Amino acid sequence: MREPTPEQIRDERVYRSLGLTDAEYELVVEKLGRLPNYVEAGIFGVLWSEHCSYKSSKVHLRRFPTSGPQVLQGPGENAGVVDIGDGMAVAFKMESHNHPSAVEPYQGAATGVGGILRDIFTMGARPVAFLDSLRFGPLDDGRTRYLFSEVVAGIGGYGNCVGIPTVGGEVQFSPTYRGNPLVNAMCVGILPADGIVRGTATGVGNPVFVVGARTGRDGIHGATFASAEDPEEKERSAVQVGDPFLGKLLMEACLELIASGAVVGIQDMGAAGLTSSSAEMASRAGGGLEMILDRVPVREEGMTPYEMMLSESQERMLVVLERGREHVAFAIFQRYGLEVADIGRVTDDGRLRLIWHGEVVADMPVAALVDEAPVYERPIALPSEPERVDIPASLPAREAWLAVLSHPSVADKRFVYRQYDTMVRAQTVMGPGSDAALVKVPGMDKAIAMATDGNSRYVALNPRRGGQIAVAEAVRNLATAGAKPLAITNCLNFGNPEKPEIMRQLSDAIDGMAEACKALDTPVVSGNVSLYNESRGVDIQPTPVVGAIGVIDGIAKRLQSAPTRERAAAGLDLWLLGREDDSLEGTLYGELVCGRPVGDAPYIDLAEERRLHDLLQAIAGTRAAAAAHDVTEGGVAAAVAEMMIQCGAGGEIDIPAGMSQLGWLFSEAQGRAVVAVLPEGAEDLARLAAAFAVPLRKLGRLVASEKVAVRQAGDMVVEIPLAALRDAYEHAIPMALRAGTAGASA
Amino acid sequence: MKWAVVVFPGSNCDEDAAQAVRETTGDVVDLVWHDATDLSEYDAIILPGGFSYGDYLRSGAIARFSPAVEAVRREAGAGKLVLGICNGFQVLTESHLLPGALLRNNHLQFRCEMVELVVDNNTSPFTRAYQLGERIQIPIAHGEGRFHADPETVEDLRKRGRIAFRYAHSPNGSVADIAGILGEGGNVLGLMPHPERAIVDWMGSVDGRRLFQSMHQYVEEGLADARANA
Repeated sequence: MREPTPEQIRDERVYRSLGLTDAEYELVVEKLGRLPNYVEAGIFGVLWSEHCSYKSSKVHLRRFPTSGPQVLQGPGENAGVVDIGDGMAVAFKMESHNHPSAVEPYQGAATGVGGILRDIFTMGARPVAFLDSLRFGPLDDGRTRYLFSEVVAGIGGYGNCVGIPTVGGEVQFSPTYRGNPLVNAMCVGILPADGIVRGTATGVGNPVFVVGARTGRDGIHGATFASAEDPEEKERSAVQVGDPFLGKLLMEACLELIASGAVVGIQDMGAAGLTSSSAEMASRAGGGLEMILDRVPVREEGMTPYEMMLSESQERMLVVLERGREHVAFAIFQRYGLEVADIGRVTDDGRLRLIWHGEVVADMPVAALVDEAPVYERPIALPSEPERVDIPASLPAREAWLAVLSHPSVADKRFVYRQYDTMVRAQTVMGPGSDAALVKVPGMDKAIAMATDGNSRYVALNPRRGGQIAVAEAVRNLATAGAKPLAITNCLNFGNPEKPEIMRQLSDAIDGMAEACKALDTPVVSGNVSLYNESRGVDIQPTPVVGAIGVIDGIAKRLQSAPTRERAAAGLDLWLLGREDDSLEGTLYGELVCGRPVGDAPYIDLAEERRLHDLLQAIAGTRAAAAAHDVTEGGVAAAVAEMMIQCGAGGEIDIPAGMSQLGWLFSEAQGRAVVAVLPEGAEDLARLAAAFAVPLRKLGRLVASEKVAVRQAGDMVVEIPLAALRDAYEHAIPMALRAGTAGASA
Repeated sequence: MKWAVVVFPGSNCDEDAAQAVRETTGDVVDLVWHDATDLSEYDAIILPGGFSYGDYLRSGAIARFSPAVEAVRREAGAGKLVLGICNGFQVLTESHLLPGALLRNNHLQFRCEMVELVVDNNTSPFTRAYQLGERIQIPIAHGEGRFHADPETVEDLRKRGRIAFRYAHSPNGSVADIAGILGEGGNVLGLMPHPERAIVDWMGSVDGRRLFQSMHQYVEEGLADARANA
């Protein structure tokens, strides 16, 4: 098959199939000063795709705060880096792999994990943890059960094999994700604060190497595929296949090579493979690159320059070495049995030049490819007012409590996380099931705290406040564990940006997130945008997912999300930190009763939120509390039940007089946490709460009993065996999956 | 005494095992690459967990052909202590240093969690610091940990006290709830659970400590005897 000529590309509008619009094609012609050939048009198509260029979101992303004394590397590199003190730093980033996972869930999820892993070790950091934020449709659907099981297996398949623990994340289920699941993977690594390596191709004449896997025909046009079209129409052939064994060897070899000091710049070949890695490295250095494609190791014969440049074969890196030290790399890669090929040179002419069979097959200005990519100020719809709805109290407290606990978004996720190796590396202090995960810094009495969060119901109802809550919830998880929050990364999963109402959601959610980041002093240091999350023309609910990082100095200070069995059995008081609230707006209760998200997003006040976080850290320092758990989906009722189920103690709960019973139990007002405290710790707790101006009320106690009682002004509201709550919570997901299996075989 | 932890391409619990040995015994530990042909300078050798050579053919099936495993075979024959953890256990059965095989878990999923083990032998060099019948907490993390052997072999293991650890509640469908077994000479132990992940309080259990300490004590006594006889 012959490639189309430049004239054919123009006349037959071949560029459209490469992802370029008519106007974008005209811009390419203008930048080049001539018609692009097929290779060039393909390269522009992929680099100017939404996935690589952020052309619809860029103008809005600029509103995020990205700096602070703790920030060592902000957005723009392979990952962000923050200072955790004592000469150490943490590199972290989250990335979406939604579209591939919708088509080929095991490999889509596995390569999502592999890709984010490479972004972290590329910074010179030793990866130490994964977290995964997943969204699926309801489990009563056979395809959803397949996607859910395979995504989880794929994450485990890659993460377990590379030997990095998966310590946290969350899974939520909503009809909005039925045709378009979300798979967002986060990786965290540790490095010396002065040891950051960047993805720059500097030093004219320095050699450029491709290392790791050979280049095949897999994943060609994966990036443009992720930027348009309906998942229903997507082809599995555009999805890459991961090899975690090779990924592990590549990681060890690259870390060893970086430690040798011979590396000038290093970059993962992720989306758009060789194209984006070479263009981005040259762009950051303000220089150029010349690559001889005949030298790229390939998997199959007859690969064209177009295919080599657009392949998304996994487990490959582009490395620029200091001239004269190539032998260092050869020795290391040989030891790991990895292929390494010298494919070109760094130049200073600002051009990306590709040579094949002795001829120049592409010659483009780097600036035009990366920095001058189109930026769109897409039309934004007027904001819509949240609807006013009366949420009927049609579900009585007892039934509602069981329904909330057995909703798969709230229910026990053990089915998921016990398929992940959560402890390899032997540094996991707190793993999945806790508010935040804690991973020890080897050899130091210090741990990195990490958590992900993001509730699309709130964002759908009120994008700005929902954006604030997404950040606040993730960061609160860190504080609840007693850690000091430092910074965040995010994945912005939204629908079709060509629709003005979707751009309104994106713009407002970013405003809300930015406000929360400022209030909580957690700048955005890395992130990713995934648009066109739609199925059959229907967009998903806007889903910004936040990954937060913090640090705790002295791991003995940590707060568990539930007390130990022994301490609970001895009797502990339960206190509510934060305001009393009885609004059902935006709650899971509301969604269960009305069949859709209703009302406004729950209450949040960022100043109150900040004071709560500061208080929680202070409490952790004094050990007044035996445990702390934040109040989120399912309200105080879910928070207290989860604590009781974990520690195996029943107890008593008291609803304040004058509050609506259902409202108080299930309100998802933000800025709140439940703490379990020894009776003699009450005074300390009150003194601290007063110092931080956080409202405080004793809401009940834990006792060595199998009974749970909720009262208001002495009257019994709900009396229920702890076992009933536990069954609802623990059996929901396994039963949903089993019911599906039975149905399928019937 | 001196320990070696063999590192295959794809091993991922090598550092954890070395750290656990240092932490519990204070001994010297070397990480030894899989192409090593002579391990005679070591008193104890650990084959760590992970996915040696990607475990692509069958867990441990390729590692058995590595030079290091040939060296391990020689040292095991010479009475040195050999401990295979998780993937290391799989390598030992594939190498026929231990009987039986480790099959896919009966529920077909990878499983990582703290499990309760019962100590079935407390006279071996690996288990002497435990009480017989004692229940201990050690985490597992495997997809292929279902021990299988024919009934005669299992009966033989039982009769000769070569079942070192049993699961209190089997997480994988192992025959006779077997979690770890000893070689004929008693100087080779393979187990699926990870003792190196139960070393300090914040890990949730410290029950793995005594396994490494047992080995240390056994070897040091032997070395002391040898010195006394010299």
